Amino acid sequence: MSTAILDKRRRQVATVTDGKAAIDCAKPSLAGAVSQRACVFCGSRVVLYPIVDAVHLVHGPAGCAAYTWDIRGTVSSGPELHRLSFTTDLREKDVIFGGAEKLERALRELIARYAPRAAFVYATCIVGVIGDDVDSVCRKIAAECGIPVVPVRSEGFRGSKKDGYAAACDALAQLIGTLEPDGPVPPFSINILGDFNLAGELWILEEYYRRMGVHILARITGDGRVDDIRKAHHAKLNVVQCSGSMTYLARHMEATYGVPFKQISYFGIEDMSAALYDVAAFFKEPALHAKASELVREEVTRLLPMLEFYRERLSGRKAVIYVGGAFKTISLIKALRLIGIETVVCGSQTGRPEDYETMAGLCNPGTIIVDDSNPVELSTFARERGADLFIGGVKERPIAFKMGMAFCDHNHERKLPLAGYEGMKNFAEEVYGSVMTPVWSFVRRDTGRAVSPKPPMGGVS
Amino acid sequence: MSDAVTVNPCKVCSPLGACVAFRGVAGCIPLIHGSQGCATYIRRYTISHFREPMDIASSSISEDSTVFGGAAHFGTALDNIIRQYSPAAIGVCTSCLSETIGDDIALFLREYQAAHRDLALPALIRASTPSYKGTHMDGFHAAVRAILECTVKEKTATAPNQVVLLPGFVSPADLRYFKEVMRDFDLDGLLVPDYSETLDGPSWDEYHRLPEGGTTVERISSSAHSVAAVQLGRALRGGGGDWLEETFGTPCRRLGLPIGLRESDAFFEALSLISGRPVPQHHALERGRLLDSFVDGHKYLFGKKAVVYGEEDFVIGLASLLNEIGINPVLCATGGVSERFREQVLAVTAEAQRLFPGDLEILGNTDHDTIFARAEALKPDLIIGNSKGYKMARKLGVPLVRVGFPIHDRIGGQRLLHVGYRGTQNLFDLICNALMEAKQEQSPLAFMYV
Repeated sequence: MSTAILDKRRRQVATVTDGKAAIDCAKPSLAGAVSQRACVFCGSRVVLYPIVDAVHLVHGPAGCAAYTWDIRGTVSSGPELHRLSFTTDLREKDVIFGGAEKLERALRELIARYAPRAAFVYATCIVGVIGDDVDSVCRKIAAECGIPVVPVRSEGFRGSKKDGYAAACDALAQLIGTLEPDGPVPPFSINILGDFNLAGELWILEEYYRRMGVHILARITGDGRVDDIRKAHHAKLNVVQCSGSMTYLARHMEATYGVPFKQISYFGIEDMSAALYDVAAFFKEPALHAKASELVREEVTRLLPMLEFYRERLSGRKAVIYVGGAFKTISLIKALRLIGIETVVCGSQTGRPEDYETMAGLCNPGTIIVDDSNPVELSTFARERGADLFIGGVKERPIAFKMGMAFCDHNHERKLPLAGYEGMKNFAEEVYGSVMTPVWSFVRRDTGRAVSPKPPMGGVS
Repeated sequence: MSDAVTVNPCKVCSPLGACVAFRGVAGCIPLIHGSQGCATYIRRYTISHFREPMDIASSSISEDSTVFGGAAHFGTALDNIIRQYSPAAIGVCTSCLSETIGDDIALFLREYQAAHRDLALPALIRASTPSYKGTHMDGFHAAVRAILECTVKEKTATAPNQVVLLPGFVSPADLRYFKEVMRDFDLDGLLVPDYSETLDGPSWDEYHRLPEGGTTVERISSSAHSVAAVQLGRALRGGGGDWLEETFGTPCRRLGLPIGLRESDAFFEALSLISGRPVPQHHALERGRLLDSFVDGHKYLFGKKAVVYGEEDFVIGLASLLNEIGINPVLCATGGVSERFREQVLAVTAEAQRLFPGDLEILGNTDHDTIFARAEALKPDLIIGNSKGYKMARKLGVPLVRVGFPIHDRIGGQRLLHVGYRGTQNLFDLICNALMEAKQEQSPLAFMYV
């Protein structure tokens, strides 16, 4: 394989043979490798961000808060506190004398002004070093103001983005079970875990569940409300999408409150349909299953002819998928196949061994699978495999564009819903437009091969 | 709110500025000695503006390095960067974390060099950029000074036409304009930094691990041979030009960022004096056309109230332009903590203060929450600044003229021209048209002549 891979990363790259690929993962990022991952803080921030009626206070210098100000496409049906950026903006003197007193004042002022249902206090790197007692400040202010004030142990250096997911789950676990519902909970009540309501995706799913007769108790965390989360222990089932970030919380709720969970994904026809059937199967209620079948039949019947249009035109194209969560990569491999596109390179920032096994099982022999990759690797692999399309986030976009490749954003900043049947249609449309635009005829695709013939000169003939 | 909490910061942190500056050295890759997230967030933030690859390495400091020091991680980072990128230079900047745990980067670099004596190492540049001190602007200036300090060792000759230009944090289009102007004066312009190509490159035939462009380390190392340094930014003290003058006696001309007629005149006059040549004809013509447009547009502008925010020197430049065209700068704000901001805004707004007495508010060390609160009270006709003022403009129902950094909600931020006669013309047209459009939109009569 390529010489682009650093020695210490060789085991994190594998080529699929016989549906298998031996790969190392869940390791800290290698210094100097230019990982696409962020830090613990990012992991926590990304998970808790969509809770719309909480104050999210970043305790540290202003940068961490500034970089995450209104950064995601996650939307609210009500309050929009999550779209503001709050920070203690620590300065040199705070670093010397401690920031706890400033944190206390900041919390008091924010709670008085915004009347949130809870406050999250994110510890950044420096807080872990100067030793501010964030926990005791949070306890004090919670007692004083009468709302949950939850410390998030998200010091950037404390591990990887994945450890940040766990820190966020710990913070959520502190909320869950602290409030009782007003009346009895409907029989088919679920919590949605790991959908972040990007571009209103959760509302699409909510509509499907409503049509099935399933009640959603807490949305964790897309369009999330603190009080719903506090009551979430009364759900009969946790339906977990973003497995990398939320399985930890699901396991905690299973152990503590006996709420079982199912891992699903809402991307692509197959996974979306399986998600609905899985929920129906869990409740062992024939009526639910019948409604799910009807819904799936209706949606798929409408969608398939539209997808056929794209499949005919996109057939034979090759894709690179590199996103944060492995569950998404897996769904995308399947979704792309539906429109005739083969995945030739795929990976994730935070996949687990079982995720990579699943990927290998889905991919053709020769597909490159990569964990915690970087621009040098991704550009080399894309070129080696002659890819036409790259699916990633903002940081991957310029790699694709400078290589003359189509690109689709499947990250937290997108403004286009890609979940559900509707999302699949949007996705196919976006892929089609991105691949078919005439601009590529003017740009050379970097395939490492000979220059393709130039487009004809302009002018009237 | 009080000083305990910042709501919607009007700044980002110092390593970001340093990384941008480092990208202006040919073949240079930035390395942030900090957590993995610093590099990633800064990449994301800058890519969304420049829409170009922005590889920034991280030493990925972990829990054990915060206890035992980050030397091992730092060395590994250098090894891996050199393996992957074969860079001509590595620009190291620090973070709040590495500064607080007390890592000595100078020592790390000396040890690394000593251990690799047999290798031709890239130039190693280091800037101290603790995130709790100053803003991205301070990080930018720290890196510019560091680039010079780490590469300029001696003055052994004089290059008669060579002029070092320290442009400050401007757009790639601004940098290209500066180079053009200097060429037109027959000057050999040496820009520190010059990210005009690296952060606004053409479509590529093949992928480059590091984009082409930037001022080479070799050229920068000859900076002391220059006949003059031109350092832009009224708020700036202790910049690269100051250092060159103090260390090698290179005469440094300190000018404002050339936004507006007077500041541009000062810039052209300086180049004219240094080169001994008159202002080249086509620039004189651009100046003439700019003046002509000032006259054409003045009725749309007089007395209109503007809120301006951004980096200190950028705001001072814009205030200077508004002062010349009869717009009332009711609020000039920055997230920066410069002591000179207030004094310099006052210095460039004499006409406005005379025509609109008592109206000018100057806010330093502030955030967007405060800017919005003041703007609500001041009822401006337009807002001038980066994309982060969008919600304010929307709530107030007034146009936002997007300039500076970052432009995250439009295409082409990297191609915005702000400086010199040509850049001022661009700003003037943007401002004038924004006000004309607002007037047209607000009128029930749908006039096609405005």
